[in-house]
Amino acid sequence: MIDQKTIEHIAKLAKLKINPSETEEYGRQLSKVLNHFEQIAKIDTTGIEPLVTPTDIDFFAREDLVANDYTAEQMVSNAPEKAGQLFKVPPVV
Amino acid sequence: MSINYRGYEPVIGIEVHVQLKTKTKIFCSDATNFNAGDNENTSPISVGMPGTLPVINKKAIEYAIKTGLALDCKIQKKSVFSRKNYFYPDLPKGYQISQYDLPICENGNIKFFVDGVEKQVSITRAHLEEDAGKSIHTGEFTFLNYNRAGIPLLEIVSGPDIRSAREAAEYGRTIRQIVRYLDVCDGNLEEGSLRCDCNVSVRKVGAEKLGTKVELKNINSFRFVEKAIDYEIDRQIDQLESGKTISQETRLYDPDKNRTFTMRTKENAEDYRYFPDPDLLPLVLSADDIERIRKTLPELPIKKTERFQKSLGLSKQDADMLTSEKELAEFFELTGQSCGNYKASANWVMVELLRELNNEKIEIKDSPITATHLAQLISLIDGGKISGKIAKTVFAEMWKSKNSPQSIIEKQGLGQVSDAGALEKVIESVLSENPSQVAEYRSGKTKVFGFFVGAVMKASKGQANPDMVNGILKKKLDQG
Amino acid sequence: MDLLKASFVEVADAVKSKKISAVEVTQFFLSRIEKLNPQLNAFITVSEKAIADAQEVDLKISKSDCIGPLAGIPFGIKDMLCTKGLRTTAGSKMLENFIPPYDATVVARLKSAGAIILGKLNQDEFAMGSSNETSYFGNCLNPWNTEYVPGGSSGGSAAAQAARMVMGTIGTDTGGSIRQPSSFCGIVGIKPTYGRVSRYGIVAFASSLDQAGPMVTSVQDAALTLESICGHDSMDSTTSQKAVPSFSKNLNSNIKGMKIGLLKEYSLGKIHPDVEQTYQKALEQLKLLGAEFVEISVGLTEFAVPMYYLISASEASSNLARYDGVKYGFRAQFNDLSSMTLDDFYAETRGQGFGTEVKRRIMLGTHCLSSGYYDAYYNKAGQVRRMLRDQYAQAFEQCDAIISPVTTSAAFKIKERSSDPLTMYMNDIFTTSANLAGLAGMSVPFGFSSLGLPIGIHLVGSHFDEQKILNIGAALESVSGTREKTPHVY
Repeated sequence: MIDQKTIEHIAKLAKLKINPSETEEYGRQLSKVLNHFEQIAKIDTTGIEPLVTPTDIDFFAREDLVANDYTAEQMVSNAPEKAGQLFKVPPVV
Repeated sequence: MSINYRGYEPVIGIEVHVQLKTKTKIFCSDATNFNAGDNENTSPISVGMPGTLPVINKKAIEYAIKTGLALDCKIQKKSVFSRKNYFYPDLPKGYQISQYDLPICENGNIKFFVDGVEKQVSITRAHLEEDAGKSIHTGEFTFLNYNRAGIPLLEIVSGPDIRSAREAAEYGRTIRQIVRYLDVCDGNLEEGSLRCDCNVSVRKVGAEKLGTKVELKNINSFRFVEKAIDYEIDRQIDQLESGKTISQETRLYDPDKNRTFTMRTKENAEDYRYFPDPDLLPLVLSADDIERIRKTLPELPIKKTERFQKSLGLSKQDADMLTSEKELAEFFELTGQSCGNYKASANWVMVELLRELNNEKIEIKDSPITATHLAQLISLIDGGKISGKIAKTVFAEMWKSKNSPQSIIEKQGLGQVSDAGALEKVIESVLSENPSQVAEYRSGKTKVFGFFVGAVMKASKGQANPDMVNGILKKKLDQG
Repeated sequence: MDLLKASFVEVADAVKSKKISAVEVTQFFLSRIEKLNPQLNAFITVSEKAIADAQEVDLKISKSDCIGPLAGIPFGIKDMLCTKGLRTTAGSKMLENFIPPYDATVVARLKSAGAIILGKLNQDEFAMGSSNETSYFGNCLNPWNTEYVPGGSSGGSAAAQAARMVMGTIGTDTGGSIRQPSSFCGIVGIKPTYGRVSRYGIVAFASSLDQAGPMVTSVQDAALTLESICGHDSMDSTTSQKAVPSFSKNLNSNIKGMKIGLLKEYSLGKIHPDVEQTYQKALEQLKLLGAEFVEISVGLTEFAVPMYYLISASEASSNLARYDGVKYGFRAQFNDLSSMTLDDFYAETRGQGFGTEVKRRIMLGTHCLSSGYYDAYYNKAGQVRRMLRDQYAQAFEQCDAIISPVTTSAAFKIKERSSDPLTMYMNDIFTTSANLAGLAGMSVPFGFSSLGLPIGIHLVGSHFDEQKILNIGAALESVSGTREKTPHVY
């Protein structure tokens, strides 16, 4: 069972503000999903490497060649707040 | 080398972040030049826009392998990029791509000398990761520039083998020297292309258990590395001696006050939730890939120093100085090879050339005097064509004009006079102008011989071949 | 020419031979969008540039410039795929005003094949959902019956395609998001093998599972679209460098002697009788067409759903960290930015910008990756995932493709299931396995429920073997008779 404290800790890690009723709801639902997962915990996986990419794909690396396809202006054009061509956030010192 | 720190032994490990000198970022094709305008070297990938994906730069892999080999590391045939998840405005994706449990280089070591004593430090690992962007703080707000976000870094992690502040600084200098030799990093601490984080703890001499470590961050010169660690060792011993404990924290060094201060405590340690980045396949290398890169490795400084001593007969001190930079060592070696006189080459490079270069803040690769020209100058001296004194005049002219020594000598008539007939004439006139000294000499006061040599050299404007002058003078005076 | 019935090949040929202009085709479908979208809410954004884009295609044709196999074919694109200069929301308030300066590779490839992009299609927020009910832009409705969901997450694509608001659409599929809505709306949808199609420019949900694919009317259109978007992309290092066959030219509905695997674990799903009946009918027909059946077992199917939820949520928790109000997208309103702490700035922005379902999955994923839980959850799921993939590999030694229903039931009513995430999760039992194992999967319409809602058949092919399931799909299509019916909203 996932308790309120754990939910608050997760919300803090995930940087999500959630209200008390959400805290309660998420706690319940997450417990349910994780309980469901308990059946998997019983499977013997000794010595098995976890799978990430499910198909066999050859390693690919790119050449060290500069592409200059975008302007700084384009890159900041979607910014909620900016100053010149810099992104603007609260003071973080 | 054991230094007594009031009965304590410091245990130091260092993480060096080496910015690799690739043309583009580690995971996208943005340029990496320092002088770009705000956010000019960015793209949807480096700004972390939705759906964008990282694709690894071949050159970054090559540089990592090169460095790993130079540090005597085992290069892993398979390494994995993970995501280090945390929120910070300089981190556009909300995670940093970094190698975590499977780094590209492991288990290396380097040797260097500290005050003449050899020191060996193990390299635990070296892994590839991406740099973060740059925050500009005004107090009221913070502004973000992502030009630096995604520049490739190789983080070299030493074992906890360092036992003094001196060793730490020397370790750092050695790493810097190696990456510059490999031409994978420009090694500029002030611009941040090389960054040093030092983990420092102390324990009673003989104790096995490690003390609580403190991390010193963002120190921008090796001189300050030494000072910061010395301060930190003292501070920790003071704490312990007064019955207090050391708290695990990150501290910064203030060079003006020569002290360290708390940046953040590690009480609420971050949970980075590392997991393998599904956007990047494991980095797979063949033995051939690694061998091909091994073949491109230059002779490393420690080997070069040894060879300069053993084969070229240089002193340890001279060899150290001449191998401090690869270009300098190459300049010296080329000079020596061309003229056949390594000792003279070493002297000319270290004394005359380095003085001028330092005065005018010119790098060896931009030296107006080439190794070939310097070698010609040394050959002219060795061949008796000019005197050592004239050579210095010629050298000065070479520096100014970039001309060959031969052409300078010819143009300015500085060639050494070795023509016996010409010298006899000069000597005869000196003798006839100084009859009383001639008489003194012939009466047995042979000490005045030096006076005649000086007068002849003066009369010949220093160009007379001193050996011949000695011979002819002696003959003339003794004949009398 | 009946644009509502014509195939891609027919329309593209007509456009290339100037029997009809790309502009005319585009106008025809734009007017359908105008008429039908208020009833279905399938489009989030309609492109204002569509006519101009069509003019450009016509111009190229008049100059005999090279133009591809999709010349003049109007497409709708799921709003997960970035479109240069055209708002891309991922169905979220978080990206309500985001205008990408780049095209997803899939979009760029469609364009260079001559397709016209008409707009962006509704979906569950960040593709998290299977009913379209989590969209910030309101529920898209099922054109067969607007009281029912179109499925999800690519519900807008399925609805727009079924109602012929466009000729073709693109969806994305992380656990069934192409195949389930295709089944619910009676269209053909294919999720290619993992690594077949570039993910570049597709808003990431779960990177090791996501693939984009066509959602269209016929298997032939699917094959043609698929070969236009497949293949290695230097912007996505997880794309395969394997050559892409010409799926459309190789398309062959003769399946005599093909071995089709019947999943022993199929009975695990609580299958609705309507679905069961359609499925049995499909098997009968395939048998008549000469297919052979082999019973195969993939025991770990049983665990596919929880495994899928855990892995997808974990990856999503990291993929969605970039939505932080700094570079683009939603930022919470602050009276005085300079007095905000960074933590509050993030938490407010993300707390308000994401919907409930998205937050739930971020929470789950964050927990599963966090210190002390990683080994028990994410790592364990990855290990079992490998075992599942290997079981499939063994199964494919005995058969050419595996058949099952797409979902346990036909479309359900709006709000019928959204309150219980876990019930919803169990609908995905057949589709999620294909994503976990990286296999190609396809939904082909084959019948209708007693309420007249479409039901699809699920075909799964082994890695990079889309051709076989396309062929079997073509065979099923030839005997399904479903193309005769049109939806209520049409």
